[in-house]
Amino acid sequence: MSIIVNEDTKLVVSGLTGREGSFHGLRNQAYGTDLVAGVTPGKGGQDIEGVPIFDSIREAVEQQGANTSMIFVPARFAAPAIDEAIESGVETVIAITEGIPVLDMLVTYWKAKQAGVRLIGPNCPGVLSPGRANVGIIPAQFFDPGKIGVVSKSGTLTYQIGNELKQAGEGNSSIVGIGGDPIIGSDFIDILELYEADPETEMIVMVGEIGGDAEERAAEFIASDISKPVVAYIAGFTAPPGKQMGHAGAIISGSSGTAQAKKEALEAKGVRVGESPTETAQIAVEVLRG
Amino acid sequence: MDLLEYQGKQLFAAHGIAVPSGEVASTVEDAVAAAERIGYPCAIKAQVLIGGRGKAGGIKIAADRGEAEQHAGAILGMDIVGPHGEGPFRVDQVWIEGGSAIATEYYASVILDRGEKKLLAMVSAKGGMDIEAVAAEDPEALVKEHVDPTKPFTAAEARPIVDAAGLAEDVRDAAAEVLAKLAETAQAEDATLIEVNPLIVTEGREVVALDAKVTIDGNALYRHEGLAELDAESIDDPQEAMAREKGLTYVKLDGNVGILANGAGLCMSTLDVVAQAGGAPANFLDAGGGSKADAIVDALTVITTDPKVTAILFNIFGGITRCDEIAKGIVEASSRLDLGLPLVVRLDGTNSEEGLAILAEAGLANLHQETTMLGAAQKVVELAGGSS
Repeated sequence: MSIIVNEDTKLVVSGLTGREGSFHGLRNQAYGTDLVAGVTPGKGGQDIEGVPIFDSIREAVEQQGANTSMIFVPARFAAPAIDEAIESGVETVIAITEGIPVLDMLVTYWKAKQAGVRLIGPNCPGVLSPGRANVGIIPAQFFDPGKIGVVSKSGTLTYQIGNELKQAGEGNSSIVGIGGDPIIGSDFIDILELYEADPETEMIVMVGEIGGDAEERAAEFIASDISKPVVAYIAGFTAPPGKQMGHAGAIISGSSGTAQAKKEALEAKGVRVGESPTETAQIAVEVLRG
Repeated sequence: MDLLEYQGKQLFAAHGIAVPSGEVASTVEDAVAAAERIGYPCAIKAQVLIGGRGKAGGIKIAADRGEAEQHAGAILGMDIVGPHGEGPFRVDQVWIEGGSAIATEYYASVILDRGEKKLLAMVSAKGGMDIEAVAAEDPEALVKEHVDPTKPFTAAEARPIVDAAGLAEDVRDAAAEVLAKLAETAQAEDATLIEVNPLIVTEGREVVALDAKVTIDGNALYRHEGLAELDAESIDDPQEAMAREKGLTYVKLDGNVGILANGAGLCMSTLDVVAQAGGAPANFLDAGGGSKADAIVDALTVITTDPKVTAILFNIFGGITRCDEIAKGIVEASSRLDLGLPLVVRLDGTNSEEGLAILAEAGLANLHQETTMLGAAQKVVELAGGSS
């Protein structure tokens, strides 16, 4: 098992004819993901390396059986593209695009909720289930199949921790990048719940950062609903208040959203929090091996 | 992107919310001339992006020309530190507006609630003071109601919030109207925070926004031309302005260890690890997901323009970013810029062996290679010496 993407994933990529979309879409295909279609309005009937292009996601669903959509569309056109995916009949939408206006996402978030579609991102690196499928930009060579589920707001930080786990001889059931925007389709809680239900996942590593209260909410949820061990890492202890640290959502507002508050909330619920990515990986290995 | 008070008030006025009229000035002479036109008493208010201006002495009432001159002189050029230690913020502009005959002070806001994925409208009859303190001491005094982000928010829907907050009966219609317009402003202008504290009732029973705190979503500036221009003018720090021009994500900090990493999360983590090793980071700089040689040259240019920097750390975990590209950028930058500073480089991930080979071949005297993130942090702190 694994979560969100696997051997049954049939992927349609919006923006497959673009530079980034074709690079990563074909990379996902080379990894073994079943890439069944691309979508670019006006380019239906063409193909990219043999992958058929359609004018709409719905056509890709109807004709190719696509069940998972990846959005690689430029920011100003991305929210309508996500909306289209939500209405197309796919089960999962993974939005990689960075820079989507947050109030657009607010509306899109509720469309996904009401349609019962799982939305991951935006501004995320996607989802990798090692040995099974990769949807997004996560470099799969740094991850082996295994028992640790990872959920993270950050891309490169996750690669860092995943690589340390691999060097220690451990692997992952899945790696889920939930994204660094203020409004994202799936929060830590949503992914923790999936890992709890996944028999292959024995423990969970959660990588958070400053801004918002998703880590604090996750701490509460871990205490009430998660039986598997969780180890966490939080980035941004040295971030000054009021400054956006790269990700649109990584900002301390007044006194809320600090790394210290998140660490304390998690520790209060018995979650061990690593001081550095390296220590976090070490703790995870220690916890896994009992 | 945060707006100055007067910019926020201009936005309010455009959406039909009553605000006192006034003028902005950046010299004492202009401030006095504005005060003379507006008449006395008038308020002279520091225009900085931080709360607590009143306590810091940044807001004064002038009763005549002499006082206007005195207050403008004192406020222009002063440094204001925020209630959570933010800043200091230098006052470059003052806003001069007609004095308001205040009968009552209320509070109103519309903010993005990230956790609930909705807008949150808030109203309190206890305005004019720190609203976080009001909420802590007397939670019932702050009435909060979520707004459905998929629909317009009307005055009729705002009315129960105003009623629950217990505002004076005769101004409830007007206050509900203001609250609905604040939500409309948020949706139309892509604001993630709009706070009016105080929202006053004048002696003539008019409801007027006496202050304005507005945050606009930076991702939406492409569809708000006027606001985008304000954003371009808003950066004071020379390194931050240069970084913005070069398309880099850079935040200036106080220390002496220059930092470049790829990815926002890894970069934040690098700052933390440097601090744990006893160092003081000089900046946050995310070189981005697909950094090429030119971007490295730009990044090093920005970092080294900060005179405090005494050593630089490159922490790269190549995913999409290729370490050989980063290495080429470092070599290129070293030949283009006069980099006398020690450079600690940690390259891991995609093409790291090729990258390390490029660096070894270049044989740069000031370059130190480290294989781990923690080792690199310790090394750069040692080379940077004490924070100046």
